[in-house]
Amino acid sequence: MSKRLEVEAVRIAYEGRTIVQETTFALDEGVIGCLLGPSGCGKTTLLRAIAGFEPITQGEIRLHGQRVSTPGWTLAPERRRVGMVFQDFALFPHLTVADNVGFGLRQLTSRERRDRVAALLRLVGMEQAKRRYPHELSGGMQQRVALARAMAPRPEILLLDEPFSSMDAALREQLAREVRDVLEREGVTALLVTHDQLEAFAMADRIGVLSQGEIQQWASAFELYHQPANRLVADFIGQGAFLPAEPVDAHSVMTELGRLSSASGHDLNPGTPAEALIRPDDLVDDPASQIRASVIERAFRGAEYLYRLRLPSGSEVLCLLPSHHQYAPGADIGLRLEAKHLVVFASRDRG
Amino acid sequence: MSSATAPEAVRPEATPSAKPSTTGSSRRSEGRLWSAGSVGLALLMAVPVLVILGFVLVPAGDSWRHLAATVLPGYVANSLLLMLGVALGTLIGGVGTAWLTSMCQFPGRGLLEWALLLPMAMPAYIIAYTYTGMLDYAGPLQTALRALTGWGYGDYWMPEVRSLAGAAVMLSLVLYPYVYLLTRAAFLGQSICVLDVSRTLGSGPWQSFYRVALPLARPAIVAGLSLALMETLADYGTVKYFGVQTFTTGIFRTWYGLGDTAGAAQLSALLLGLVIVLVALEKGSRRHARYHHTSQRHQAIRRHRLHGWRAALALTFCALPVLLGFLIPAGQLGIWALTVAEEAYDARFLRLTLNSLGLAAAAALLALGLALLLGYAKRLHPSPAVLASVRLAGLGYALPGTVIAIGVIIPFAWLDNSIDAWMRATFGVSTGLLLSGTLAALLFAYLVRFLAVSLQTVEAGLGKIRPSTDDAARALGLRPAGVLWRVHVPLLRGTLLTAALLVFVDVLKELPATLILRPFNFNTLAVRAFELASDERLADSAPAALMIVGAGLIPVILLSRSITSSRHVQTP
Amino acid sequence: MRSKSKIFAVLALLAALLPAAGAFADEVNIYSSRKEALIKPLLDRFTEQTGIAVNLVTGKDGALLQRLKSEGMNSPADLLITADAGNLYRAKAAGVTQPFVSEALTASIPETYRDPEGHWVGLTLRARPILYAKDRVDQKTLSTYEALADPAFKGRICIRSSDNIYNQSLVASLIAADGLEATETWAKGLVANLARPPKGGDRDQIKAAAAGECDLAVANTYYLAGMLKSQDPAERAAAEAVAVFWPNQDGRGTHVNISGAAVTASAKHKEAAVALVEFLATPEAQAWYAEANGEYPVGEGVALSPTLAGWGPFKADDLNLGRLGELNAEAVRLMDRAGWR
Repeated sequence: MSKRLEVEAVRIAYEGRTIVQETTFALDEGVIGCLLGPSGCGKTTLLRAIAGFEPITQGEIRLHGQRVSTPGWTLAPERRRVGMVFQDFALFPHLTVADNVGFGLRQLTSRERRDRVAALLRLVGMEQAKRRYPHELSGGMQQRVALARAMAPRPEILLLDEPFSSMDAALREQLAREVRDVLEREGVTALLVTHDQLEAFAMADRIGVLSQGEIQQWASAFELYHQPANRLVADFIGQGAFLPAEPVDAHSVMTELGRLSSASGHDLNPGTPAEALIRPDDLVDDPASQIRASVIERAFRGAEYLYRLRLPSGSEVLCLLPSHHQYAPGADIGLRLEAKHLVVFASRDRG
Repeated sequence: MSSATAPEAVRPEATPSAKPSTTGSSRRSEGRLWSAGSVGLALLMAVPVLVILGFVLVPAGDSWRHLAATVLPGYVANSLLLMLGVALGTLIGGVGTAWLTSMCQFPGRGLLEWALLLPMAMPAYIIAYTYTGMLDYAGPLQTALRALTGWGYGDYWMPEVRSLAGAAVMLSLVLYPYVYLLTRAAFLGQSICVLDVSRTLGSGPWQSFYRVALPLARPAIVAGLSLALMETLADYGTVKYFGVQTFTTGIFRTWYGLGDTAGAAQLSALLLGLVIVLVALEKGSRRHARYHHTSQRHQAIRRHRLHGWRAALALTFCALPVLLGFLIPAGQLGIWALTVAEEAYDARFLRLTLNSLGLAAAAALLALGLALLLGYAKRLHPSPAVLASVRLAGLGYALPGTVIAIGVIIPFAWLDNSIDAWMRATFGVSTGLLLSGTLAALLFAYLVRFLAVSLQTVEAGLGKIRPSTDDAARALGLRPAGVLWRVHVPLLRGTLLTAALLVFVDVLKELPATLILRPFNFNTLAVRAFELASDERLADSAPAALMIVGAGLIPVILLSRSITSSRHVQTP
Repeated sequence: MRSKSKIFAVLALLAALLPAAGAFADEVNIYSSRKEALIKPLLDRFTEQTGIAVNLVTGKDGALLQRLKSEGMNSPADLLITADAGNLYRAKAAGVTQPFVSEALTASIPETYRDPEGHWVGLTLRARPILYAKDRVDQKTLSTYEALADPAFKGRICIRSSDNIYNQSLVASLIAADGLEATETWAKGLVANLARPPKGGDRDQIKAAAAGECDLAVANTYYLAGMLKSQDPAERAAAEAVAVFWPNQDGRGTHVNISGAAVTASAKHKEAAVALVEFLATPEAQAWYAEANGEYPVGEGVALSPTLAGWGPFKADDLNLGRLGELNAEAVRLMDRAGWR
């Protein structure tokens, strides 16, 4: 598989202020990647640099092996063959749906253009609306038109800037899945930018967690969740709590809740003060257990309750339990650790 | 008149109608009061236009047949050519400079951004006199050229100022700021995302400008252009001096030369018909397309930095209108003003200045208030009656000031004489003329003539306020008048200032209606400048002309300051 | 609150606008198409001498006439002053003037310059001769207005647009003298002889002749007088480059127009108005016209300014000027047909 997009040691700075630190990653053909991070982490800037709207200060960007951005030189956006879907879709209000989709197809004959527009509208299920104007469409329909418009010129890569952020939460995941379907069917390489991890998980094959202008980890959703590279990633992805831990051997650590171990192990020296990540689904209730905790508060999640628990040491953990068995705040619970992985970092505050 | 609005930031889900919901029967009756009141006011403003239109019913002499057989086709052709020229000139000048100053960064941009408005302070007939004085065959430039080269008449070619093309250039030079002002606001309000999308779809910066930014700014451009073209149609001073015979010439020739008032009024009605058709054509061509943005996200504009020859070109392009439309003519006026004796600047000169400023200020405030009332009534109840009457009230802008004045004189005198007759019959007291020949009549004429300017600006501003804002205010217990006063007026501060200042500058420059309607012994700067200039005493007219320009500068500078900061004050 | 003070300011202004009731008992209200600068000094002098206040509005003839007509018998105007005879005729025809009798005026103003029915009198004469470039034209080649249509002058004549009342009156005088058909032929010939399409005012024609764009210009003398007095050396030089030729001296005489005054039908201060007209016809006032604006006095025995005297005496067309008004519309149509822009 060839590399569609290569971002190599790219740094972006304005007036001396660094927005994106030295960043490197690549996307293979047909892969859907994602830059995930809180707002202000530089992800949109990086995306716009890939599109050619922002110059880069250092490093280089290659599309299909061709250099498109180097310091002091930026190939114009219109010559990069990138497609872009904006957060607010940015449909042209003065053009019909069909004209919006056909906007980037000026090189084609009118017949080819008509066919391509029809094919894309069919792909996104909008063939009925081709004569309508953007203001006559719902948000979800606008989204589909924006996607079809960006894909119409068969771009090398499709860039999506927070494409679902203006949708209702309920609609968001459904649309994300739909979009992923469409992209997969067309074999499009895409890069998504979002602050919403569920969106990222639903869409992307590979996810880069961006924080403080740096990619902290570039991996699959599963790896990010279960094998976060550092505390920043662990904090950002999923929920959980850190408990003081002490390495006992190369494969396990000891915590207040018991021994945690995995085949991959860790690289901390025995005796190093450490912290282990406990996910809410790492704990199950066991009335027989020696390890007790008291309920501080709980939140109803439908099938489950998410409990915040206080351990005898005063540390807090989160725990997800089936909702048919409830504990009231203040109640006493027996806990048992049931984790198949080990996420442990050297302590920050004590180190 | 186009009810064009500058780009709106309306949520995509929001209904396109700008009509806030009304609830409750007492509210409904108040709404009815608003629409009845606004229809009444609008019709009052439309009286002069209706009087002129009414002349269509009066049998005219055979002037028509004579005109149609001899000169009218030429007049119409000249008018159309002139409009075409001014349209081209103001579009290239206004849109080009608006684009460059809002989207690009080059040396001098900050200064030019507001300096581009300066020519607005220059009355068209004065710039025409000034350039003729400078460039004519007998003027200093050509005389110097001949002295230098020994050429005589016919030995060299020089573009003729006093020609149709010259008139188009003169009018373009002073009218392009309307297009610049409105288009610039539209560009600044545009979502940058839309332009970015266009770039990713393979259109370069210039193509994006053509295919996206320009069509999106269309309502604003059309609004500016329609103001410029209506001024062109109404212009008499410039074309008369240049010997360019337009439709307006035809009106005055019929009236003054042939002594046929009805025929002249009928020609004016025809002129109005032309304007109505043009506006309808533009409206029709838009059909369903909306121009407000589907996007709420306004990424800050990062101006494209120009270097080298590109920067020099942009600077030249933007500096040229300022130079030609303001600096050179104002400089020439200054030189003339220095040559005339100090007797021109006596106490009466101060009086003239105060008269001009007072009238302009009063007219500006009244026009603003009226525009707010009508604009808001239209928003509250966009019923056909309200829409039609407001549109009718805005038509006065396309009529020459003299024709408006006649439309004012006739009904006012009729009213005064009717009251007088009734008072005599009933009480044996003569009231004489109550309104005719007073400044009240003159102010009324200004309102009729310039209402379109303030109305257009205010409507565009109101269009940017989301209907939900009205609903929220109503839900919090405000009545419609309260919404206008406590929500809209504060939100629209910048817009209202713009509207008032535009009318102020226009009234300051206004001549023909002032000339005819003013009371005894009441003079303005424009009257003084015109009387001397039309008596071919250009130098003597320079102090008054310069003073008009100077007084007009104050609001223009205020205006430019308010538009420079407008980017930061976004309506929610 | 600031807005309230604004409203008060507007109201105060509006109040100031309403006509002051019970103004001077002795006053004259004038609607004038003569420009303010060309009459105000005389009006001030009249007020000084008589104590009668004079109120003035200036404007364009057609508009002032419409204002008079609409205002009817309630019009405040007592006197209508115009810069040409045609508009006096039109005012009379519209019924907004009334006859007035004054022995002083009958004595000082020749009959040609008075309305036969006594509705108006002329106050100054404005002659419209031919001006020629001294260095290029032998004045022996000039004779009459009629001769200007001669092919010998092809491309050598400058004259302003036919929109101008002075040209309309000139053509009306030609119609009165030569008849409609001959005048139309003449107008076509003149248009064919023009050096350039008509544009600008009379001064522009003089400047063009001085600069060599054409050899002959038709213009009113007071424009030439104004240029000779100009502070601008270039204007003075242009004026000095041309000389006055009085046409038609062997026949009816050079075309003249008048500026004049009519008492309105609604006049409430008729006596004062007539007194003012009489004042304007006195030798003192007539001399001021001649001196300040280079117009010829309408009465006899008034000393001419050196400039005017320098152009020599001339015979003026003795057509009654009311005829100019009667024929004005005809003249305009004729010029339209002849293609005189």
